[in-house]
Amino acid sequence: MPELSIPAMGLVVLVGVSGSGKSTFARAHFRPTEVVSSDFCRGLVADDENDQAATPDAFDVLHYIVGTRLRRGLLTVVDATNVQQAARASLVRLAKSHDVMVDAIVLDVPEALAVECNESRPDRTFGKHVVTRQHRDLKRSLGRLRKEGFRRVHVLRGTEEVAATTIVRERSWNDRRDVSGPFDLIGDVHGCASELRTLLGDLGWQLSYDATGAATGATHPEGRQALFVGDLVDRGPDTPGVLRLVMGMVAAGTALCVSGNHEAKLVRALKGADVKVTHGLAESLEQLAREPDEFRARALSFMDGLVSHYVLDDGRLVVAHAGLKEAYHGRASGRVRAFALYGDTTGETDEYGLPVRYPWATEYRGDAMVVYGHTPVPASVWVNNTICLDTGVVFGGALTALRYPERELVSVPAEQQWYEPVRPLAPAAGDREPSVLAIDDVAGTRWIESPHAGKVKVPEENAAAALEVMSRFAVDPRWLVYLPPTMSPVATSREEGFLEHPAQAFDEYAGWGVTHVVCEEKHMGSRAIAVLACDPAVAARRFGIGDGSSGVVHTRTGRPFFADAAVADELVARLREAAAPLFASLDTDWLALDCELLPWSAKALELIKDQYAAVGAAAREVLPAAADVLARAAARGLEVAALAERVQRRQVNAAAFRDAYASYCRPADGLDGVTVAPFQVLAAEGRALAHTEPHTWHLDRLAALEGDLITPTRHRVVDLSSPADREAATRWWLDLTAAGGEGMVVKPAHLVDSRVQPGLKVRGREYLRIIYGPDYTDSLDLLRQRHLGKKRQLALREHGLGLDALTAFVGNEPLWKVHQAVFAVLALESEPVDPRL
Amino acid sequence: MLTISTTHRPATDLGYLLHKHPDRVQEFPQSFGTATVLYPEAGEERCTAALLLEVDPVRLARRLGRSTPDFSLAQYVNDRSYAASSLLGVALAGVFSTARSGVCKARPDLVEQTLPLEIAIPVLPCRGGPEIARRLFEPLGWSVVAEPIALDEGFPEWGDARYVQLVLTGQVRLADALTQLHVLLPVLDESKHYWQGPDEVDKLLRSGGDWLAGHPDRTLITRRYLGRRGGLTRVALARLAELDDRDAAVDEATDAPAEEEVRPSEERRLPLNAQRHEAVLRVLAELGARSVIDLGCGPGQLLGRLLKVPGIDRVAGCDVSTRALQQAVRRLQVDRMTERQADRLELFQGALTYEDPRFGGYDAAVLMEVVEHVDAPRLDALERVVFGAARPGAVVVTTPNREYNVLYEGLRGRRHPDHRFEWDRPEFAAWCERVAATYGYDVERRGVGESDETHGTPTQLAVFTRKEATDA
Repeated sequence: MPELSIPAMGLVVLVGVSGSGKSTFARAHFRPTEVVSSDFCRGLVADDENDQAATPDAFDVLHYIVGTRLRRGLLTVVDATNVQQAARASLVRLAKSHDVMVDAIVLDVPEALAVECNESRPDRTFGKHVVTRQHRDLKRSLGRLRKEGFRRVHVLRGTEEVAATTIVRERSWNDRRDVSGPFDLIGDVHGCASELRTLLGDLGWQLSYDATGAATGATHPEGRQALFVGDLVDRGPDTPGVLRLVMGMVAAGTALCVSGNHEAKLVRALKGADVKVTHGLAESLEQLAREPDEFRARALSFMDGLVSHYVLDDGRLVVAHAGLKEAYHGRASGRVRAFALYGDTTGETDEYGLPVRYPWATEYRGDAMVVYGHTPVPASVWVNNTICLDTGVVFGGALTALRYPERELVSVPAEQQWYEPVRPLAPAAGDREPSVLAIDDVAGTRWIESPHAGKVKVPEENAAAALEVMSRFAVDPRWLVYLPPTMSPVATSREEGFLEHPAQAFDEYAGWGVTHVVCEEKHMGSRAIAVLACDPAVAARRFGIGDGSSGVVHTRTGRPFFADAAVADELVARLREAAAPLFASLDTDWLALDCELLPWSAKALELIKDQYAAVGAAAREVLPAAADVLARAAARGLEVAALAERVQRRQVNAAAFRDAYASYCRPADGLDGVTVAPFQVLAAEGRALAHTEPHTWHLDRLAALEGDLITPTRHRVVDLSSPADREAATRWWLDLTAAGGEGMVVKPAHLVDSRVQPGLKVRGREYLRIIYGPDYTDSLDLLRQRHLGKKRQLALREHGLGLDALTAFVGNEPLWKVHQAVFAVLALESEPVDPRL
Repeated sequence: MLTISTTHRPATDLGYLLHKHPDRVQEFPQSFGTATVLYPEAGEERCTAALLLEVDPVRLARRLGRSTPDFSLAQYVNDRSYAASSLLGVALAGVFSTARSGVCKARPDLVEQTLPLEIAIPVLPCRGGPEIARRLFEPLGWSVVAEPIALDEGFPEWGDARYVQLVLTGQVRLADALTQLHVLLPVLDESKHYWQGPDEVDKLLRSGGDWLAGHPDRTLITRRYLGRRGGLTRVALARLAELDDRDAAVDEATDAPAEEEVRPSEERRLPLNAQRHEAVLRVLAELGARSVIDLGCGPGQLLGRLLKVPGIDRVAGCDVSTRALQQAVRRLQVDRMTERQADRLELFQGALTYEDPRFGGYDAAVLMEVVEHVDAPRLDALERVVFGAARPGAVVVTTPNREYNVLYEGLRGRRHPDHRFEWDRPEFAAWCERVAATYGYDVERRGVGESDETHGTPTQLAVFTRKEATDA
């Protein structure tokens, strides 16, 4: 049975006259969605699959569909006659423009059979001469088909061969998704054999030697695999030694190696091509000349066979000598190879005569980690999930390895400077450079795949509002590792006189399978997120902030709390001092804390005056005047008792309203009178604590904080199965709110499923006057018809996105990923929901 | 609440004129609550009618909720239940509609007569303070007593509320008094007029009649009466401001375009703004720029000028404020452009701290009065986005010269509430030199506006030209 192999990802062009059985063949071997036929496209644009006048438009559509599929990396089969060279050429161009391989399958069946087949189909009205002409074109094509740019041309002669053929989908050379490591990725060695042996030793490899004492292989006791990023050769003292070792490892299957530009050039030199003997090529040639012919031949064949990049570990890791942009991962073409070997060059050269390279990594947004070398840098740094491991060992720097998936860097210093660099080592653009954020990271309607919140849609208009707030008012995005989510109130209470009551919170959590909850006092101040680094050096290293600041305290929309930088700095310093026990016990040099900044009036004074005090003042003045008018009317004998009674009650309500807001106002000047109530340790180095630790842990840790600046968060744990516990907590809440407290937040005391509300607020009866209005207690029945669904959906999503941001930051993921999640929280916060919830 | 008293003899004629009997308590249902008319006194010598408005805030919010997409808390907690807001104006117009139109069958002679009237409003929202109340009512023949009201007696440092206690006394036709109140209550009230429809202009003209046309402050009255309107984005922004315990109006104020900068005198303001445009256009002409992007275009004044310049084939404007962009679309009449005109113009939302491919590919970029709106620590991001990534052939930057501020009488602090800094000349020079050196540009600085010997020009301007561009 004839077997025919085609690229697993790429383009297959069927070639055959009308009636040769292409569609039948395609149906037999490919999924319906993999096949795009010209007849189908003709039908799409003309309502008639045989309308030849529509052919140009139909092919436009066909090319669009094929191009889109190829861009998305899907195998695509074109079912059209393709007997003319021009038609095939456009498809070959399309494949090349997406850097995929293209095969042709020719169905060469007798002309008479095709004619017969067409005649049996009533919709094929064209005459016999059409097939004759196509057949002539096909015959003329067959000879030159192989020169048209196809990887392979498969010609199936006769219907029997067509029917008997089976198809094998062939993985490309660079596709090693099946190999998942763990890996030790090793940067540019450049003939530094001794440093390589030392590094492998440090990484735990066991080297094996031949009779002459030369290292010829290595194995790792934990079964790790080595991955060389290329440029094994040139410049250094012992290129043959490096080749011998790596060749041995690759042959034994303990290593993989991609080609570097230096291997490519050395191959050409060894094959006798006329190349300039520069950049250390002379050293290699000279060293290899001293080796036996057999070794030189093996080395040549090894280097000549190196692939330019690998896609590994199910697509999570890509290795290429000079890096690779996302669109090229797993692709094969001349320009993909050129990118992988030489980088994103523009053809320009710098003042040292070296090629100018475009910083593709700053724009990289792919999910796969890309590891490369090629450009020597003083130290390896992460840039958008990519990293350069060339730390210039041959220039006296170091030889660096990256442990994958651990993301640990291990390096050994050069024993000496082996080669004079042409230009000084330039640092790579860092991950946290100020402009690595791009508008496409945040703008427009976005679907975010959130690890903690599922698929989240951020509508365009919300993103637009968030962009304005973020770019005009927010702190530097490198500080912004978290924005707090909204929180839903408890289900509405039916209790006489109450809109919210602890009973519902307990019932709801019990219903969600929570056994214990924490009731936390809800401070009535302003939400504050504190991000504190030990010192400016940590701020620079961990956050990329190089202006000498060492922390920030921002609001729930990311604004700095105090416009005056001196006050802001002082707050950071004092908070860091108060948090010293946390720094110590968590063994971290930075912290992110979720807090409430008190009093409310410290930040909200203008709002309080404008919105709340004004209402209080108006009520205070008008109600006595109205009461006076009514008293005089009553004295005249008019029937105004009911109205007077209402005015009287409103006077009482208005006074309660005034007392409610006034109890959250204290004079504060700068930091005098300001306190901070931390209630959650969001994250510390290496730990996304908001995600990994229950609230009881947080409150215990924070209890260690002392000093004038800190207001403790009173709380109690409630066993939901204990009526006594519930009752005591309810009493506690009643006392708290009677004393002017805002209320409490009820949270699960243990880690829960991501579908459970992360917290429910239960606000006090008097506090709610400043939310629902002074007289809300007179309209409770109406107000009880409130809908919590949307608020709760937002609360869950924003909570998940907040955790995304924290875990991404803690996991050293690129800034854009952290920012995207933070930005999405802000965008969702602009969603219209009832603001009283 | 308001009361209307007269000392006309017999004072009880007030009841005929108002069409409300002094011995009855009458209720008038309103869509947002109930209005009650009653007479606390009704003697021969003095008669007082009181209009009491009980606003049901829940009903008010529900009614508005359907027609306005406003989700701010102010909708639920507000002074509508207490202050003589525009709602009282609405109720007044309805309850006393016959009286307002000057019809009185029982005492036809009284209609045309001026009467000794006293109108008392215990809590009148009065944007602009007692001064405005006097400015509006005195030209109409009233003597005005307007007492400020303290915000909160427990916090004397908070000062006065936006209300005054108002007493008007004068010899005025009752119908006139009522229409004046009907128009001027919403004018004095600073809150939004949710119920404004397109027929609002007609209503104003109908109601205002003769006295409005002759009023010295008629422009102010008209503008305030008609209020301002905004799009959906403004609502979303208001919501974000509120989350932050901020008053949305404050952000909105800082959102004002550069032309509304705090300037001491009208005469100076307009020329400087225009001079800046002229200076930028002159530079662009010198550069021979054929494509120009205005980064931070605001409502699009410069874009309008650029579109008129022959030889500029492509004009783009971007701003982070969608509201400013909407204004630009209106100002430039984008909807009415021909296809060819529209092809020359591109408008989009963008932020200068995010890399954006749409910023690239222009001969020149203009940063006119923009950098000072960016927090100083964030300027490096703007520099990299504009000079490092977009890399236009030339960049024209203008920014205020702080030294010149001393020449503005009465200016305290910065020229605009949203300015994060204002540079003196050496600071601007240092910034220019650093940016030019970092990103491979040549820079030349100039002044814009009348130059003062000691303090320089009010505006500083710099022209950056990309080095390889001049070589080519």
